Amino acid sequence: MKKFCTSSIVVLIMLMITLPSLLWAGETLDSVLKKGFVTVGVNGSLFGFGQPDEKGVWRGLDVDTGRAVAAAVFGDASKVKFIPLTAVQRFTALQSGEIDLLCRNATRTLSRDTAMGLNFVSVNYYDGQGFMVPKKLGIKSAKELDGATICVLPGTTTEQNVADFFRSHGMKWKPVVIEQTAQLSKAFFSGRCDCLTSDASQLAGARAVAPNPADYVILPDIISKEPLAPAVRHGDDQWRDIVDYAVLAMIDAEELGITSKNVDEMLKSKNPKVQRFLGVTKGNGKALGLDEKFAYNIIKQVGNYGEVFERNVGVNTPLGLKRGLNALWTKGGLMYSPPFK
Amino acid sequence: MASRQHSSSNRTAFWQDPDKRAIVYQVISLGIVLMVGYYLFSNTMANLERQNIATGFKFLDNESAFEIGESMISYSAADTYGRALLVGVLNTLKVSFIGIIITVILGTIIGIARLSSNWLVSRLAAIYIEVLQDIPVLLQLFFWYALFYQFFPSPRQALKPLPGVFISNRGLVFAVPAHHPVHSYMLLMALAAVVGSYFLRRWARKRQEETGKYFPVWRVSLLLVIVLPLIAWIAGGAPTAMNIPVLRGFNFVGGLNISPEFTALLMGLVLYTAAFVAEIVRAGIQSVSHGQTEAAMAIGLKPGQILNLVILPQALRVIIPPLTSQMLNLTKNSSLAVAIGFPDFVSVANTTINQTGQAIEGIALIMAVYLIFSLTTSVFMNWYNKKSKLVER
Repeated sequence: MKKFCTSSIVVLIMLMITLPSLLWAGETLDSVLKKGFVTVGVNGSLFGFGQPDEKGVWRGLDVDTGRAVAAAVFGDASKVKFIPLTAVQRFTALQSGEIDLLCRNATRTLSRDTAMGLNFVSVNYYDGQGFMVPKKLGIKSAKELDGATICVLPGTTTEQNVADFFRSHGMKWKPVVIEQTAQLSKAFFSGRCDCLTSDASQLAGARAVAPNPADYVILPDIISKEPLAPAVRHGDDQWRDIVDYAVLAMIDAEELGITSKNVDEMLKSKNPKVQRFLGVTKGNGKALGLDEKFAYNIIKQVGNYGEVFERNVGVNTPLGLKRGLNALWTKGGLMYSPPFK
Repeated sequence: MASRQHSSSNRTAFWQDPDKRAIVYQVISLGIVLMVGYYLFSNTMANLERQNIATGFKFLDNESAFEIGESMISYSAADTYGRALLVGVLNTLKVSFIGIIITVILGTIIGIARLSSNWLVSRLAAIYIEVLQDIPVLLQLFFWYALFYQFFPSPRQALKPLPGVFISNRGLVFAVPAHHPVHSYMLLMALAAVVGSYFLRRWARKRQEETGKYFPVWRVSLLLVIVLPLIAWIAGGAPTAMNIPVLRGFNFVGGLNISPEFTALLMGLVLYTAAFVAEIVRAGIQSVSHGQTEAAMAIGLKPGQILNLVILPQALRVIIPPLTSQMLNLTKNSSLAVAIGFPDFVSVANTTINQTGQAIEGIALIMAVYLIFSLTTSVFMNWYNKKSKLVER
């Protein structure tokens, strides 16, 4: 910390040395198989998405997505190592090869998909940016926030969205930008800011662990589209496909009615779609370069998307989020998987 | 013939001449460094290209689209990344500059207090030094910052220690004189007073050397610095309008606002570094033997003169080099601002890196800026060090 310049030089040299060795297409899977586990970058302090519980076991929607990839690659959801990253560190960690996969509520945007050298796969949570304020301020809409001091995480799309929102409405605001999510929440809950802004799901996560959750209200205004998706490095199509179909398998399983509880019975199903999905009819696994049972392993060990959602962020959790946009397309949501064939 | 003559001459062979060998070694090592540098650079560029990561510094002209909490120049989200980074540089400069000045003053006071013959004063100074030196500066920053937002009330219940001064968890807000053209004249007069004092000091010194007559330079200079701007103010019609902060909506509007982030960072850095400076000052003073003080007393100098003319000039030679390194430390430690939300250069550069994805350019900029800060400080302090060296006659 103290020798900042030295550490930057080390980072720079590390970047320069590691970049060359990592970037051959198709090599991510080989290196993951050699290591014996998948390295996944996660949030680390976001309840419901990526945080260790009191026993030190990682929990969350993003964490389970990482486990699904491990289940697909190794047939064992526990062969995964989670690395907590801040919003500022996350893309550099992926670019430099420190992690194989980023599952850290990252919004897919054009510039990240292109100039940053990343590839996003299918969305695992459709979100939108909102505002949380203390109830006692008596605010009903985000348009009443003129002149407010707002706590925001650095290096996120939220930082830009809130600037855009206030600019387009001709309102003034003052940012307080703190890198660590936990420090930022603490500053907001002790009154340093009038308002905390982030993706609505993150606000719910922060409120769930607040000293007095009932004292805070999330405003109804949603000011942006935030398709949160896992990301991989640009240029390794095979690895990208594997991660993509690991996410999609959970969605397709929900649509096919396959859950972690009934997956063994479903192996005997006469439905050709189910047979193909679970690898009873072979072909999908080989096409991806994985075991034919990859989808079976994901569902058996991690669960389908509905189960993962309800377990981590659903109405029965402290976050209490409804499915909303994240319901299946057959139920009015946006979750839609291409056919597994 | 020629070669025979050459080898038979007294001149040593090329590989046996240490001077020439040294040149060869230097050329070889320079070559290796350049080659490794080229390898790293070309490899990085090739891989960045393969990964489709944008390179170069063109992003500096793009719209930044993020806000910065406090800025010394006008800045909005519609400005460029380049200007955002400049805001960060100025914020780092501000906190380092003010921090260094307060640190040196506080450190000197504590260092002298440490040597005080008063048991209580010297014990208190020792406790201060031992405690603050031993706690990591990051923890101290967290402590001061948490103290601000936990301890102080919200703006609506702000404390009012003096009329026009408000303390809340949004920082310290106080009334300042409303903008008036006479202020720039006052500043000009103050500058003139400082320049005048400099020449006055030279004149007084020369006169004292020639005639032995003493002139009270400090008192006259102080008077000049106060009286000249005052004259400008009265000549300008003595405007008394104040810009008083009022609570409107969420926060105070008007007046001058010092944010909790800035205050916490400044306090943390100053209190931590001052502990080290105090030890350096103590060591410097103790390096001057007590005989010097006694000799000075014997020729009838006053205590103030003993300190100024005998002890300090000798102590400074010991103090300045380690003091320079503490100043550099303070500047570098100011990058910890990112942890408590003060928008210093590193914080702004981090956001820029994250939005553009150009980590290598961003980190190179961070290194360049800190290198320039450090080198400038070093050059200035080396000049001062040379100036305060013992002149042997």
